[in-house]
Amino acid sequence: MQITVNINGASETRDVEPRRLLVDFIRSDAGLTGTHIGCDTSSCGACTVLLDGRPVKSCTVLAVQADGSEVKTVEGLAEGGELHPVQAAFKEHHGLQCGFCTPGMMLVGSALLEENPEPTDEEVRWAISGNICRCTGYMNIVTAIQAAGGEGS
Amino acid sequence: MTTVHEPRTSPEVGGIGHSVRRKEDDRFIRGAGSYMDDLNLPGMLHMAILRSPVAHATINSIDSSAAMEIEGVLAVVTGEALAAHGLAWMPTLSGDTQAVLATDKVRFQGQEVAAVIATDPYIAHDALSHIDVDYEELEAITTPQQSLATSTLIRDEKEGQTDNVAYTWEAGEQDSTDAAFAAAARVVSLDTHYPRSHPAPLETCGVVADVNSITGQATIYMTSQAPHAIRTVFALVAGLPEEKIRIVTQDIGGGFGNKVPVYPGYVVATAASLLIGKPVKWIESRTENLISTGFARDFHMHAELALDGSNRITAMRAGILSDQGAFFSDAQPTQFRAGLFHICTGSYDFPAAHVTAKGAYTNKAPGGVAYRCSFRVTEASYLIERLVDNAAREVGMDPADFRALNFIREDQFPYLSPTGFVYDSGNYHGAMDKAKEMIGYDGWRDRQAEQNSDPDASKLIGIGVASFTEVVGAGPSRQYDILGLKMFDSAELRIHPTGKAILKLGVQTQGQGHETTFAQIVAEELGIPYSDIKVMYGDTDNTPYGLGTYASRSTPVGGAATAVVSRKIRAKAQKLAAHLLEAAEEDLDWEPGKFTVKGTDQSVTIQDVAFAAYTNHPVGMEAGLEGVTYYDPPNMTYPFGTYIVVVEVDTGDGTWKVLEMVAVDDCGVRINPMIVDGQIAGGLTEGFAKANMQWITFDDDGNCIGSNFMDYLVPTAWETPRYQLGETVTPSPHHPIGAKGVGESATVGSPAAFTNAVIDALWSRGVSNIDMPVLPHRVWGALNGVEVSP
Repeated sequence: MQITVNINGASETRDVEPRRLLVDFIRSDAGLTGTHIGCDTSSCGACTVLLDGRPVKSCTVLAVQADGSEVKTVEGLAEGGELHPVQAAFKEHHGLQCGFCTPGMMLVGSALLEENPEPTDEEVRWAISGNICRCTGYMNIVTAIQAAGGEGS
Repeated sequence: MTTVHEPRTSPEVGGIGHSVRRKEDDRFIRGAGSYMDDLNLPGMLHMAILRSPVAHATINSIDSSAAMEIEGVLAVVTGEALAAHGLAWMPTLSGDTQAVLATDKVRFQGQEVAAVIATDPYIAHDALSHIDVDYEELEAITTPQQSLATSTLIRDEKEGQTDNVAYTWEAGEQDSTDAAFAAAARVVSLDTHYPRSHPAPLETCGVVADVNSITGQATIYMTSQAPHAIRTVFALVAGLPEEKIRIVTQDIGGGFGNKVPVYPGYVVATAASLLIGKPVKWIESRTENLISTGFARDFHMHAELALDGSNRITAMRAGILSDQGAFFSDAQPTQFRAGLFHICTGSYDFPAAHVTAKGAYTNKAPGGVAYRCSFRVTEASYLIERLVDNAAREVGMDPADFRALNFIREDQFPYLSPTGFVYDSGNYHGAMDKAKEMIGYDGWRDRQAEQNSDPDASKLIGIGVASFTEVVGAGPSRQYDILGLKMFDSAELRIHPTGKAILKLGVQTQGQGHETTFAQIVAEELGIPYSDIKVMYGDTDNTPYGLGTYASRSTPVGGAATAVVSRKIRAKAQKLAAHLLEAAEEDLDWEPGKFTVKGTDQSVTIQDVAFAAYTNHPVGMEAGLEGVTYYDPPNMTYPFGTYIVVVEVDTGDGTWKVLEMVAVDDCGVRINPMIVDGQIAGGLTEGFAKANMQWITFDDDGNCIGSNFMDYLVPTAWETPRYQLGETVTPSPHHPIGAKGVGESATVGSPAAFTNAVIDALWSRGVSNIDMPVLPHRVWGALNGVEVSP
């Protein structure tokens, strides 16, 4: 069936099978490979995108469910060439190592800061508890998100 | 000598000791990394693998005709088809053989049986259910104890294999050890299991194989921690000419040992591309990753310490039984069948040790790999650190004091261990003292005494200590090789006319930050700003040969090569500078980035010299400013540290939580302190994971329990403790920049600290061992004297 999804401000219209996952629509059809696949069971959060502003795991959303919606991926975080504060903070505070979980972490972080610009350590940890990182031990991710909030995100 | 390294270079140059921000991050934070599944080539096909649903069975037949009828399916590859090309079996990096696609039998659940090649990944996966395999089930052997007791031969296809023993090994000396035990005032023993685990990097394994049918050029994009070695293995296995094989790794989403071996999927995709003439992509699912690739650990360990009347250790003996699964597909140096388990004598000074190990085949996934670990050092460190902790409590000493009494002293280095290893340097008392001070050790002991003395206490305090010693940086080529390939490593450095540089490495980052750290080594040695140095790796056509990144060997070996090649270039630069300054070479002083004529203000920068190397070099000197080094380390390096953990155990439900943790690491000179701390925090979390939740189990039929992230639990931010990190600096005396390697220290050292903490809380209640993971029901069972299921 034909669907139209607005991804990072650009409209993508495609014929898709009803079973097609949103993550495949984003990665293969729209060609935005910054969204990653880590587990297939909605456990790891590497595929997290914002669907109408809310974080979702795009491996567990069908592309057809996103018809008519707005999706933001990591490629849409920076605006006009200016890094989102979360992006800058991840680099500044060494919040990433291999980089595979990073897009999902940053999108969840940015969504959290929209609602709560000054989250506590616990609040950040709860917010990102659906996203697995195997490299960092999370400390610097928490610090980065808090620092980005402190910059008035 | 314990000193913290002060940077010699400016922050702009960013040499050793500067926490410069990582160069690679600019692409990762924009979603512009290039991981394996991000690669799409024109005309590319997709592969899916059919895996055995049972652990042990004879294959009577495979019928793929229905799958072939599905539109979009181009081929179904079976073991029989591969056998026609001599590719049904392949060598492992431990010198065993492993089935690529099963021909005769399946020997573990998840074993590769057939592969579908299709135009679309959805179609390839659809087709798997249309392949009909007739299995005749056999008894599954799921423990190494069963394996050694049964007459059923798991590897019945293997010539000369008459039992289920994968390897045997021993180290140390039995006679002197037995004599020490006979004379001991006390013997302390421990039986424990280091459970099977999986590295589970967030990116699974994958490959895009592109074999050009006209030129024969095979470009294989692959998630590999050791691309050069893999190229050679591919040449030997597939009979392809090595100059026509190019392995490219791209960005790797974590490795931790999982991406060292050659997996059947890589080989089948390459064979399929060769046969069909189009690129073939295979990306592992998480379940495939967990059930079929590189598990780690699974060591059943018994060990004893002999003590004299003054609580000094006099000897150790240990016997190990490892569960290797169906194929011995570790990556172990040829001379080290049980890896570097030798280091089980740890940080302690005693004269005698004897260690034996035996590996058994079982009907479980093949392996294992050294998961964030230098060839079995993790199991060894865990064993000795658990044992000394129990010994301390048995003799009524504080575990920290007992360690301090038995440590190798600073003035004893270099120290020859009873298993024959020469520890290069150490200051174990220094790290212990610092850790105790940081955590307020005595205060916690007072609080513990008060809180735990109440017989009805619902919360018990436990304090766990671990003072690990690692042996990393394999290694000296007289001893270390994998399949005959010596474990040197390489660096090639070219300085361009404008003073910018390109550094090419034989080692391979998987997130450790090599693009930054290795540029900092060059910055230190030549004074060229780190931001002006491009670091390349992971493309065998364009980098010098090396054995790759695992066993914390990048900095000890590749880092040393980088420093040495930089010094070679500096020596030539000095000749060029002398030419430019019209002075004698020996009249020049060097400071990072500049040669000055002694006693004058006449100087030239390294950038001036670089330009002259291409525009104004003296007669008789070759143009250019570049070099290559293959570094063969004279010894291993021996990072160490002391970790102290305070936990609170709930006696009602057996749960435990970390109240405070301090980790003091000594990895020698720290190149980028920020990156070092990041490695340690990540490693501590993996250590916590193994102590707290993370293990792979099987039922009696060999079904893998833990085949996805809902059943194989890895810690999220919510469970993960916070850490305080400290350092001491004892430079390696033989490493060009005094560095030792750090990527694995915390995973090696911390599991014992966490486990010791729980045991410490429960000791007065009669508990001396709980195997990892220290799950609540196990704690509760131990506290209440109740036998519980594993």
